Amino acid sequence: MSFRFKQHSVLPGFGLSLGFSLLYTSLLVLIPLAGLVIFSSKLGWEGFWSAAVTDPRVLASYRVTFSASLISALINLVFGFIVAWVLVRYTFPGKRLVDAIVDLPFALPTALSGIALVTLYAHTGWVGRWLPEDVRIAYAYPGIVIALTLIGLPFVVRTVQPALEEVESELEEAAVSLGATRLQTFTRVILPTVLPALLTGFALSFARAIGEYGSVVFIAGNMPMKTEIAPLMIITKLEQYEYQQAAAIGVAMLIVSFVLLLIINLLQAWSRRYQTA
Amino acid sequence: MLSVIPIQNQPREAHRAISVSLFTMLLALTLTLSGCGKGENKDGGKPGIELLNVSYDPTRELFREFNDAFAKHWKEKTGQAVRVQQSHGGSGSQARAVIDGLAADVLTLALAADIDAVAEKGQLLPIQWQGKLPHNNAPYSSTLAFLVRKGNPKNIKNWDDLARDDVKVITPNPKTSGVARWNYLAIWGFALKQELGADYIAKLKDPSKAAEVAAAQEKAKAFTAKVFKNVPVLDSAARGATNTFIQRRIGDVLINWENEALLGSQELDAAGVELVVPPVAIKAEPVVAIVDKNVDKRGTREVAQAYIEFLYSPIGQEIAGKNFYRPSSSEALAKYAQRFPEIELFTIDDVFGGWKSANKAHFSDGGSFDQIYQP
Repeated sequence: MSFRFKQHSVLPGFGLSLGFSLLYTSLLVLIPLAGLVIFSSKLGWEGFWSAAVTDPRVLASYRVTFSASLISALINLVFGFIVAWVLVRYTFPGKRLVDAIVDLPFALPTALSGIALVTLYAHTGWVGRWLPEDVRIAYAYPGIVIALTLIGLPFVVRTVQPALEEVESELEEAAVSLGATRLQTFTRVILPTVLPALLTGFALSFARAIGEYGSVVFIAGNMPMKTEIAPLMIITKLEQYEYQQAAAIGVAMLIVSFVLLLIINLLQAWSRRYQTA
Repeated sequence: MLSVIPIQNQPREAHRAISVSLFTMLLALTLTLSGCGKGENKDGGKPGIELLNVSYDPTRELFREFNDAFAKHWKEKTGQAVRVQQSHGGSGSQARAVIDGLAADVLTLALAADIDAVAEKGQLLPIQWQGKLPHNNAPYSSTLAFLVRKGNPKNIKNWDDLARDDVKVITPNPKTSGVARWNYLAIWGFALKQELGADYIAKLKDPSKAAEVAAAQEKAKAFTAKVFKNVPVLDSAARGATNTFIQRRIGDVLINWENEALLGSQELDAAGVELVVPPVAIKAEPVVAIVDKNVDKRGTREVAQAYIEFLYSPIGQEIAGKNFYRPSSSEALAKYAQRFPEIELFTIDDVFGGWKSANKAHFSDGGSFDQIYQP
């Protein structure tokens, strides 16, 4: 089949590819998500409300998940940008290696990265042993943020990198020759061009963090009301064979995530106002 | 001049991106299709019979040995080759997988409640499955034991030591882990016995003692809450808790299956921990059952039945004892007596009225475990 496409043109027809895309996304995304909504709707409005909205333990887990995801995405926004900057702007020995290492969190089983982080940050670990006794990273909230930051890092680096590559050095030279300071060149010339990519990276990193389970359960300590994440609450409900309550929490998370991602997308559209071409 | 380069570049980039993504999709589709084909071919052609035993985590070693013995036994008896596939995981998630369609012939799970769920939610076997086999479908049993740091520096001997202010206890979360539910009930049951005295089981069943029992239940709840206040980390599963205790060296005592603690006894020394068996504990009965709907569909009833019954045979009992499960037959138990310290065991039926009521009272939403953590 793919032979015939090639004879006609490089790209297959619009109809065919659109149809394929729709089928593909429906099978993988839309139908399972619709199933989730339909399944949780069996609870009825009140059941849904008490399972996913008013339960104090579930509420606490939302707070942990969304705040830790936000913090980790913000950290990635700053440090991911710096990493991308270093990788694009400078050449140094071992650059390819660093470039490859950035992708590791994509490939690593998340449970493994969780265990590795605990090994490092627990009070017996290489880093943790230098901490004062009452400062806890592993088995506490900061551990959750670190795990989520690790998982989200490649998203920011990989989206910002190509954007940074496209920034033309001539523009910077022009800015400097017209009297701009270094800070002005950065904030007025470079940042606006990469801002959409930065926001995309931020959104991806944030979204990934919300759903993360594997690494966090090993480092969070999972104390009810304190360090339980929302995905763990879903597993907890499943463990009690309360499928519909689990689906209800999933739907509530979906709605919040969708709204947040929509806001980020709007921000992105606003940030593109500089790019008229 | 400046804008010339990006304009030339962009469409090319875009073309490449689109063709690459299309190529990937086609590749994915091809792989999926060829994958399906392979799956269909696999069933035909092979002689003999396959059996799927869906089990929980710490039974790996037990069933590796048992399956070989059963294959030999079945071959001698019928001339047919049987290959037993094993699946291991958390007891609850294994039950869910079977409910959702994993075609298990035989279930060997940690909690009767998990097989109850397969019966009720999956309707794959009768609700009254328990009792079809001897000893309430539990061919072997186990109990709980403590792991403490070498030399037992905190001098932990019994369950009431876990409630001391200077002791940190490691257990997984009862909401997500099967063994943790046993842990929780063992703590609770111990407290009940302390309150009600030696004839606690009789008192629990005696309606005229209801007031005394209710007061004792309150005390037991306070005791359990006190122990759980000493838990610094609630791992989601048993393996995570073991890791926290042994690798991370967090906590003074880990509550774990006796069979797993014994299994690793050579490694315990190297890990700087030792075993303490409390004088009283809950009798943990991992249960086995045939999944009727699945064996009838797959035509494996006969071999599944033989497999389950073989667990009760002298060879099966011997293998259970060898792998640190307490055999139900007295001969096999006698043979391995030096392994299993004689302790007072109470059952979940005696103290909690079975799994169903225990789950409802303690582990459902708003149950006693949730109340412990309510601010």
